[in-house]
Amino acid sequence: MTELTSLTIAEAREKLTSKAITAVELTDAYLGAIEAANATINAYITVTPDKARAMAKASDERIASGKAGALEGIPLGIKDLFATEGVHTQACSHILDGFEPKYESTVTQNLWDDGAVMLGKLNMDEFAMGSSNETSYYGPVINPWKAEGSNQQLVPGGSSGGSAAAVAAHLCAGATATDTGGSIRQPAAFTGTVGIKPTYGRCSRWGTVAFASSLDQAGPIARDVRDAAILLKSMASVDAKDTTSVDLPIPDYEAALGQSVKDMKIGIPKEYRVDGMPEDIEKLWQKGIAYLKDAGAEIVDITLPHTKYALPAYYIVAPAEASSNLARYDGVRYGLRVDGKDIADMYEKTRAAGFGTEVKRRIMIGTYVLSAGYYDAYYLQAQKVRTLIKRDFELAFHAGVDAILTPATPSSAFGIADEALAADPVAMYLNDIFTVTVNMAGLPGIAVPAGLDAKGLPLGLQLIGKPFEEETLFRTAHVIEQAAGKFTPAKWW
Amino acid sequence: MSVDLATVKRVARLARIAVSEDEAKRMVGELNGIIDFVEQLSEVDVTGIEPMTSVTPMEMRKRQDAVTDGDKADDIVANAPETDRNFFLVPKVVE
Repeated sequence: MTELTSLTIAEAREKLTSKAITAVELTDAYLGAIEAANATINAYITVTPDKARAMAKASDERIASGKAGALEGIPLGIKDLFATEGVHTQACSHILDGFEPKYESTVTQNLWDDGAVMLGKLNMDEFAMGSSNETSYYGPVINPWKAEGSNQQLVPGGSSGGSAAAVAAHLCAGATATDTGGSIRQPAAFTGTVGIKPTYGRCSRWGTVAFASSLDQAGPIARDVRDAAILLKSMASVDAKDTTSVDLPIPDYEAALGQSVKDMKIGIPKEYRVDGMPEDIEKLWQKGIAYLKDAGAEIVDITLPHTKYALPAYYIVAPAEASSNLARYDGVRYGLRVDGKDIADMYEKTRAAGFGTEVKRRIMIGTYVLSAGYYDAYYLQAQKVRTLIKRDFELAFHAGVDAILTPATPSSAFGIADEALAADPVAMYLNDIFTVTVNMAGLPGIAVPAGLDAKGLPLGLQLIGKPFEEETLFRTAHVIEQAAGKFTPAKWW
Repeated sequence: MSVDLATVKRVARLARIAVSEDEAKRMVGELNGIIDFVEQLSEVDVTGIEPMTSVTPMEMRKRQDAVTDGDKADDIVANAPETDRNFFLVPKVVE
């Protein structure tokens, strides 16, 4: 018999429904895998075995009485950004020291309502600010992938690095994640997993620790396209507690898999061919184009002229919103407090001790660009550029393009504690060059593994769709997955 | 535009983050690197372009102006560093 942890969600669902396995057995298998691997991979910052077993037991009872939900008995890992009642929720920051919310985020509640089992909370970059999972207060996550013949430890990407690593190493059946500038798609690409950032408004943001509210969106990281489709269906909802969540029917995303892409128009934007892009990435892109052409899609060259301005505009908009959102961490209502000689001194000392270097840097940038005299030059200009970025996409879609194919990242996974990246924050920011446009325009984007580079590390392709047309992305990504196959790291941990 | 040490200290004060002299000096370089990077936006012609206010065109949903939640004082103060009878405690702010 194969290991229970090697089952996809779709496979586990079948075995649970046919009573070939129990939810308790499946959960125990994952808890065992976590216990054996987590000291090395550091994907989980909190494991909740008692809660997991109790939830699994309840799942088995519901299965026995014919009341199984869509995710009944499926063990999931939850990014530490999601509020989970009575369980560690700190956005991997020291400033939320000891915080255990008295409420549950809408996204996780939706998952539990469908019968999913929580294994624990996953590591991430502090407040989702980072592309390598190295800004976490709980230390870096180690990518389960290693280059061929190398023992160097690699980053899993970020900010959802714990989610991606846990899925790739089979330490959960699937994971929740969030994406503000690429935080689902970049780690998915670095770990050979599938990650989708749905359209802004598809998932409720209620109970998710806010980073940049006009960009943040939750989505799943999963082992394959089908599992991502299954998870997103459960995560998405309209929510009275988030007025930006949309009241649109949630399609059966899984039903889109296997549908033909014949005569679909796939746009290839020339602006995504950037200077210094490794040859492996270009080759992968061409391979993706060939897969879709072979499946009957029409490939068209398109132009998205404002692409190069997306990242600089993002580094105004996102820090500005973050500086405002993170003003609430003041040592009064929750988390860490460092005493001072008066209240202002207490605020300043608390925030100095509680926030890490990257978070402070972004709060400072945000405060600067919003400060008197600079607002028009920076923030207003960035929001106007954002309108232009969105218009580029609208024009392409208006001309008949159904989806856009690009590389997901400009490279494969890089080493832990890379000195060049540590010395230059902007170099690290460039990791999001292909993903950030999608957040700026509020569009859905999926990263799907499409091959390995010369070092034997996974690379991903990104598909970008029209607002609320996630089905098109699942359908097209599934065609790429069928052609490229799936990628699993050799177990060394 | 470039950021100098005095600006870094002023911004840190506005952001309510205590910074040491060494940290402030380090931030001057880092913040200038980021500001230089975002500065390229100034070359974009935005004549007649509206700033984005909502990424998806939508009407804000409204609800009845009614009390729908509350009576949770214990929950609200449960995670606070210092409380007294469901009040948050802070250092004295008025003499």
